[in-house]
Amino acid sequence: MSELTSLTIAEARAKLAAKEIKAVELTEAYIQAIEAANDVINAYVTVTGDKAREMAKASDARIAEGKAGALEGIPLGIKDLFATRDVHTQACSGILNRFKPKYESTVTQNLWDDGAVMLGKLNMDEFAMGSSNETSHYGPVVNPWKASGSNQQLVPGGSSGGSAAAVAAHLCAGATATDTGGSIRQPAAFTGTVGIKPTYGRCSRWGTVAFASSLDQAGPIARDVRDAAILLKSMASVDDKDTTSVDIPVPNYEAALGQSLKGMRIGIPKEYRVDGMPDEIETLWSQGIAWLKDAGAEIVDISLPHTKYALPAYYIVAPAEASSNLARYDGVRYGLRVDGKDIADMYEKTRAAGFGTEVKRRIMIGTYVLSAGYYDAYYLRAQKVRTLIKRDFELAFNDVDTILTPATPSSAFGIADEDLASDPVKMYLNDIFTVTVNMAGLPGLSVPAGLDAKGLPLGLQLIGRPFEESTLFKTAHVIEQAAGRFTPAKWW
Amino acid sequence: MSVDLATVKRVAHLARIALSDEEADRMMGELNGILGFVEQLSEVDVSGVEPMTSVTPMAMKKRQDVVTDGGKADDIVANAPETDRNFFLVPKVVE
Repeated sequence: MSELTSLTIAEARAKLAAKEIKAVELTEAYIQAIEAANDVINAYVTVTGDKAREMAKASDARIAEGKAGALEGIPLGIKDLFATRDVHTQACSGILNRFKPKYESTVTQNLWDDGAVMLGKLNMDEFAMGSSNETSHYGPVVNPWKASGSNQQLVPGGSSGGSAAAVAAHLCAGATATDTGGSIRQPAAFTGTVGIKPTYGRCSRWGTVAFASSLDQAGPIARDVRDAAILLKSMASVDDKDTTSVDIPVPNYEAALGQSLKGMRIGIPKEYRVDGMPDEIETLWSQGIAWLKDAGAEIVDISLPHTKYALPAYYIVAPAEASSNLARYDGVRYGLRVDGKDIADMYEKTRAAGFGTEVKRRIMIGTYVLSAGYYDAYYLRAQKVRTLIKRDFELAFNDVDTILTPATPSSAFGIADEDLASDPVKMYLNDIFTVTVNMAGLPGLSVPAGLDAKGLPLGLQLIGRPFEESTLFKTAHVIEQAAGRFTPAKWW
Repeated sequence: MSVDLATVKRVAHLARIALSDEEADRMMGELNGILGFVEQLSEVDVSGVEPMTSVTPMAMKKRQDVVTDGGKADDIVANAPETDRNFFLVPKVVE
């Protein structure tokens, strides 16, 4: 059984096509792996075993008829942020108590149309607000990685912590995720997996629970670069239901793998060398530079002068949009309701009981910065800074093809870290290298590049021009070939 | 800029979130921490800079003004806490 769950998507696809294995066997192997592991890892908040078996059976029938789709029979985990028809969809929040939508998100529909099998819904930070998966209504996810010689439980990162942990622990072949400030790339880096946030507008946001609409993008977390390319091809589409979906055909990303880097110019931004960055991250970055140079790329020092302002601007823009998006949770149309003495009291009690602490904090910040008298000083200024951040990248991309940076300022940290719990801003600093990319709407990919002294995975980030995801896959593949792949030792 | 307890309570009411005095007090400290962090934006020269309104340079897609969906009243109220004959029920608003 474990042999089946150790197959990558590309390997399983080949074996299914050659009729060496059946989709129902592959799905059954994952269901058993989840049953054995989920009590400790807590990656899934709902397992849809019966539905998975049904979908796998249908896949086997289509394979037999020669009508297999691009992901036929591939078992996937779905982040709880994606609406899945008649299946638990709560963004891991108490306020969406028992919500089961009557519609399917465009991203998941695209996957089912290509033959993929749904194993269940994955844990995440509540409404995707968090960097450790600790804000989930369903409790923290445990990282399948542990420091060598230590038994301490580590976070898988967030907000897509369930997605990253499930992929790393082989509890699904691949997973959907979303990224508003780093929520795909940071957990991918913490778990030795590959994650890509595509260009804003590449994946439809229709049917994805909204956090910050001008920043949210869906993308995959996968075991290797090829699997990430395969998944993104199916997730991405042009969708009339999302007015920000961009009218550009989806290329075959897999075709970029193995292409030469000769003549490519890779930018190294000096502003990403931050104070207090561990030597190991610095070393990893230098190693990445050396690998790309060996592959024939030219390394260019660049400057992105407004980098340090991206995180503070994000913590105005994202909460502002969140406070507006989350106004819909009022106890009337769906989810939790707590009765009150009148309608306003009912709203206030419902939202007090349904939202967790981090979500309340962000709604409060957002409401404050949008309130009369403060709009210009905060929100308008932040949106101007955002223009400057985007301009930095545009100028840099006149000279370079892609940018290489570390993905995170550290490896995975402990669950219930007191230092981080006492100061929200410290937790926010996890996204220091990733958030710039969301602010500029660019594609960013995190690829595992090595282990630190504690034996924990570290990732490098590649940033590309709009809609040049293929360049990121090509470059990441070179890093993966040099660094190898990283799998945690099974302890669960 | 920093917020005092009265401002925290006013913002909580605007956001329709009931806060106990103890929660409001803790929230005040946390909000001031975050506002202190974002304060560094004031050192950026933004004169003559347009605020970002769209991250990708694109005109919003428009469609024909025709009915493309509907007739799903049962689906729409399916998840509501309280309904009656496809209406959402709320506490009495008008006496």
